[in-house]
Amino acid sequence: MTTTTIAPEPANPAGRHPEAVRRRERAVPAPIPFGRIAGVELRKMFDTRSGFWLMASLVVLSLAATAVTIIFVDADNLDYEGFASAWGIPMSVILPMIAVLAVTSEWSARSALTTFTLVSGRGRVIAAKALVTAVVGVVAIAAAAAVGALGYLGVAAVMDLDPVWNLSFAELARVTLASEIGMFMGFMLGTLFRSSPGAIVAYFVYALVLPTVSSALASTNTWWAEHATWFDLNWATMNLYSEMTDKMWAQLGVAGLIWLVVPMIVGLRLVLKSEVK
Amino acid sequence: MIQIDALTKRYGRFTAVDNVTFTAEPGRVTGFLGPNGAGKSTTMRILVGLTDPSSGSAHLLGRHFSQLPNPGREVGVLLDASAQHGGRTGREILTLAARTMGLPKSSVAETLERVSLTEEEAGRRVRNYSLGMRQRLGIATALIGDPEVLILDEPANGLDPAGIRWMRDLLRGFADDGGTVLLSSHLLHEIEVIADDIVVIGNGRIVAQGTKQELLASGETYARSSDPTSLGRALQRAGHTAEITTEGAVRSDADLTTVGQIAFDAGLVLSELRAADGAGLEEMFLQLTAETQRDHLQTPEGKAA
Repeated sequence: MTTTTIAPEPANPAGRHPEAVRRRERAVPAPIPFGRIAGVELRKMFDTRSGFWLMASLVVLSLAATAVTIIFVDADNLDYEGFASAWGIPMSVILPMIAVLAVTSEWSARSALTTFTLVSGRGRVIAAKALVTAVVGVVAIAAAAAVGALGYLGVAAVMDLDPVWNLSFAELARVTLASEIGMFMGFMLGTLFRSSPGAIVAYFVYALVLPTVSSALASTNTWWAEHATWFDLNWATMNLYSEMTDKMWAQLGVAGLIWLVVPMIVGLRLVLKSEVK
Repeated sequence: MIQIDALTKRYGRFTAVDNVTFTAEPGRVTGFLGPNGAGKSTTMRILVGLTDPSSGSAHLLGRHFSQLPNPGREVGVLLDASAQHGGRTGREILTLAARTMGLPKSSVAETLERVSLTEEEAGRRVRNYSLGMRQRLGIATALIGDPEVLILDEPANGLDPAGIRWMRDLLRGFADDGGTVLLSSHLLHEIEVIADDIVVIGNGRIVAQGTKQELLASGETYARSSDPTSLGRALQRAGHTAEITTEGAVRSDADLTTVGQIAFDAGLVLSELRAADGAGLEEMFLQLTAETQRDHLQTPEGKAA
């Protein structure tokens, strides 16, 4: 080491690179538009291998459901509603998983560290994810309805049947709502758990274990049998697949408030406030 | 420009960051040095709004991070190179960043080239990346928006010596362009090689800060004479310290002129006279953090972090 390096450097670094420092002064960039955040979030749903396969299995399974319906249902009983309920099953499993992973993958993969340092308002990112989730739900149902309709038309032409279009727009809208409720249950559990395995297990407990428990309870307890639809969101949602009375809508609202809205508020608070590590 | 003012973060009774104040200036590379768990990462997370401080403030370019309309265009951040979805390719991760910031597609290829990731590597899933490649990708994400400030947590981890040299040149160029760089490390060598200014932190508290030269300078004088004993005695008679080093030279707390004058008055010939080497940043670092090192802590606070 030479003695010259002992002398401290000038305290004011601007003195060292005056031009360079000035060159760095520039305008504040424009805010990120919400549409761009939503576009990026949509891309993130499907740009991983797991995201791709979820999407692919959605297409494959709704094609398979159409095929199974054609093969196994009697020609006399074949109507459009039959197709609709066939592809409803894979949808009701896969769509909520897409919603869960849209939220939890940020935490499980810790990519939230990057996401939230590129968009400083976490609320905007979560709102974009919610919007994209809702849109994916609607598009998936619409696509499946179209695939089912094409399949049905094909079968009707081959077997020389008169197609029975017994699924009204209102019914389709209710099915879509039921599927959105499933997705947002997944979304909510994602915000609560912020871990993919935890939220997925919780979703299946909600969707598969709780209905069994509830119906077991209903078979032994008459009060629960009469009133469960007020408190059991699975049960209240099932009603969406048939005609809805005003009372059923009220039940759906109450059960939705308990199971979806209140926990979602807690989950969103956690997502917005908790530390990202 | 990064300004951190009286920043404190408590977790229950444990204080992770304790009244930390420092400034990272434009045109300089500021090294944030401390042992693991000293509070570097927590400070950096607070700086970019991922953690709320208990008290105090952190400002970037005069604003709080949440007030930056398009943060990636002003502040490049790399907090953890491994914090990426392993199922995405490197190019995809960079594309997502470019899209969020509203940058043209071409910026992805340009930035990949800037961090020396090949086309083939960029097409691989990040799961299969080495730590060094992840660091390069993380630095690419930080650089792609052409920011004014870089905040990098342990960016040299996993880089080979050539990679560390590359990083030093890159950050040097960024700072010479007027950018502000704050990088953390628990390895002294990295900081010594890369940084202009150094902030040393131990157990949440700043234990030293200044330019690298200030922190390195010992303030002592090193003199060689044919008769070191006489020189040492002459210095001690004049009220200075003097000790004879293993090489037979004299080390004293007197300044250069004083040592020269005393040797001249005593009629001694000097064959070498210079400022003494500092104890080295390493020794200083160990010294400064010795009392706050977790290894020596018996209090419950030592277990956290």
